[in-house]
Amino acid sequence: MPTTSHFLLMVLYAFLVSLVFAVLLRDKPLEQLKTGGMMFGGFVGVAYVLGWLMFPFPL
Amino acid sequence: MGSKSTTAERPRAAAEPGRLAVVTVLAWLIPGAGHLLQGRRQKGLIFLVALPLMFTLGLWLEGRLFPLELSDPLVFLGALANRGIGAPYIIARFMDAGSGTVTAASYEYGNTFLMTAGLLNFLVILDAFDVALGRK
Repeated sequence: MPTTSHFLLMVLYAFLVSLVFAVLLRDKPLEQLKTGGMMFGGFVGVAYVLGWLMFPFPL
Repeated sequence: MGSKSTTAERPRAAAEPGRLAVVTVLAWLIPGAGHLLQGRRQKGLIFLVALPLMFTLGLWLEGRLFPLELSDPLVFLGALANRGIGAPYIIARFMDAGSGTVTAASYEYGNTFLMTAGLLNFLVILDAFDVALGRK
């Protein structure tokens, strides 16, 4: 049975999308690392903050 | 503004239509192959690993490969996104994978992984096309 950890799946998704975008947009490895890291941090950070902001609201 | 690498600075002759077609079709069929064919090894290898991995994760998460149904525009767009990944999609279809389990907790995640893998490969194809044209 696949994992049901939403956080883990979100982190995995953010990592793969950031990786592909960073490699597409930048040519030098160092720049790719920087862009990918910023993108990954942005994805996870924004999702984490939005998750907590939605916490008080019932479905 | 992205800075250019030594490979990007190297002047390249614009590809002939035949070669352009080969690069484009190969880039669709095997993610990263368009870059590998043009000597962009690092990029090609990363795409070759990351995109099929993303697609496989989508199948593992019990996502669905949508049929091309014009009656439902959202399903149709999802189906186009699914097909963007090329050979992994064809292999999955042959293996009867991707039927999707709507009741699975990971179903929507699976769909997202499957569609994103295909859409990212469309971007990779465009990049390979630009490289072949000598724009990058």
